[in-house]
Amino acid sequence: MIQVEHVHKNYGNTPIIKDVSLNIEKGKLTALIGPNGAGKTTFLNMIGCLTPFDEGKIIIDGVDTHHWNRNDLAKHLAILKQKNSLNAQITVRELFAFGRFPHMKGKIGPKCRELIKQSLKYLGMEEYEHTYLKDLSGGQLQRAFIGMVLCQDTDYILLDEPLNNLDMKYSVQIMNILRNLVDEMGRTVVIVLHDINFAAAYADQIIAFKEGEKFIDDLSTSVIQKRVIDELFDMNVEVIEHNHQNYCLYYQDRKQFFVHSVQELNEFKKVVNQ
Amino acid sequence: MYLKVLNNKQLKKQSFFKITLLMIAFLICFIFSIFVGVNEFSLVHFFQTDSIEWKVLITTRLPRTISIVIAGATLSLSGLLMQQITQNKFTSPSTVGTMQSARLGLILSLLFFPKASIFNRAFFSFIFAILGTFIFLALLHLIRARSSNLVPLVGIMFGNVISSLGTYFALQWDITQNVNAWLQGNFSLIDSTSYQLIYISLFSILGIIIGAHSFSVIGLGEDLTIQLGAAYDRILFIGILLISLGTAVVLLTVGNIPFIGLVVPNLISLYRGDYFKNNILYVLISGALFLLISDILARIIIFPYEIPVSVIVGIIGSVLFIYLLLKGEGS
Repeated sequence: MIQVEHVHKNYGNTPIIKDVSLNIEKGKLTALIGPNGAGKTTFLNMIGCLTPFDEGKIIIDGVDTHHWNRNDLAKHLAILKQKNSLNAQITVRELFAFGRFPHMKGKIGPKCRELIKQSLKYLGMEEYEHTYLKDLSGGQLQRAFIGMVLCQDTDYILLDEPLNNLDMKYSVQIMNILRNLVDEMGRTVVIVLHDINFAAAYADQIIAFKEGEKFIDDLSTSVIQKRVIDELFDMNVEVIEHNHQNYCLYYQDRKQFFVHSVQELNEFKKVVNQ
Repeated sequence: MYLKVLNNKQLKKQSFFKITLLMIAFLICFIFSIFVGVNEFSLVHFFQTDSIEWKVLITTRLPRTISIVIAGATLSLSGLLMQQITQNKFTSPSTVGTMQSARLGLILSLLFFPKASIFNRAFFSFIFAILGTFIFLALLHLIRARSSNLVPLVGIMFGNVISSLGTYFALQWDITQNVNAWLQGNFSLIDSTSYQLIYISLFSILGIIIGAHSFSVIGLGEDLTIQLGAAYDRILFIGILLISLGTAVVLLTVGNIPFIGLVVPNLISLYRGDYFKNNILYVLISGALFLLISDILARIIIFPYEIPVSVIVGIIGSVLFIYLLLKGEGS
């Protein structure tokens, strides 16, 4: 379990995370949602011990993050940032092998080979085993990085917007993979999501952030309610039910974005047409 | 888009074949290098241990060939590691100021400790090479240069500043000729008494081989390295120590040899990708081979005279470098 107690962080004088306390339970898929700049990524990086914080403490499996040895932590918790730019030309297999680094320090034994093979299969990337990363499409690249995390073989997997730049097919594929990791392999997945409906469909627990504060932390069915989402995003959304699952329709209400008068609009058109 | 689809066995077979070819080419050049020279060698006399041939072999030919092999291997591997550390293809000890700092160290040691032994001078150079490389990395950090063009530019600029500083001291105290004699990349000055220093760079090679896996990981960049639980700063520090050691030692024994640390690793990675650990052997052999061939050319082009090997390396290196740039643009 990851316990977060009264964590606070400032960038300069601006508070980014304001006194957040919550628990992330094992064996669940937890989604972090909220408007841009609400502190989701910062919060994820804090749990992953990549970003220091000013006050409070985070306890992972009973041990304070400050007392975790980095290498031991890498065996328990894997974190993938949103942008993973690599200059190096390496193959998918080599990237997967890097995931074994915390455990093996370089010796790739039979167990590692088996795990790499299984991960390739699990992600449907067997045919790309010896393909260079630069030759992969966006979706394949994203899967390759998730493969590295899989090979790291950790209890906790933290992912920052892994669906970025993916079309709906690959997004669904990756969410299914993550769901299976939780259901079949008992992993704990914490994921930052932009598309609220992916959170609705796949997450057990949703934690919403707004302006650096914890807005709500509840079961996904309780979070996906009109009242909650409207306030969280300052929007007017419609929540519909489909197969006992709530989804948000946030595309329809055009009026709220067109607050200009007819005159303003005409002037704007004039400028654009010039 | 062209995707290589090969299974493990095919890949292993291919790479075994290539490494064998490289080894054979290396051995041929190694033997050829021993037999090229003003003194004719005949195999009949060769086995008489008191003959002139034997003496020539022991006092000049063998030391020369061994220094070439070690220098080529060290410089190429240092280049590969430097590219790994900076995550940039266009860096090498001679383009980021490591070589220039080692030179400054030597000049200062000639000034302040005129009677120091070559080992002491090497140590002095080594310390300066470390400091210089760290200043370069600090500069990179300061200006947040991560784009592929800016990194080598910063390196070249920094290297030139250090180099000018060295030249200033050398001119001011009138030791320019002395310095040039030390540092011109030339194997003709090597004999059995002065070349032993180069064996020290074997420690650098050995260190890099031992740390190969850690050095592979830092090629993923600082973020991913830390995410994988590796001590990024420590690996970086050790890497720079090893690069500086190799560079300083080669600089003092054979002098400044440009391009090799840049061209050889890039040629290898063009065909084999960037997985550091898998490229070490290739880079070592190719680096030695490259310098052996250059040295043989340097000796036979105006036979019985000799061109400094750095000139030949510069010519071949720049042609190869242009080829690499074109090839890189194409893909």
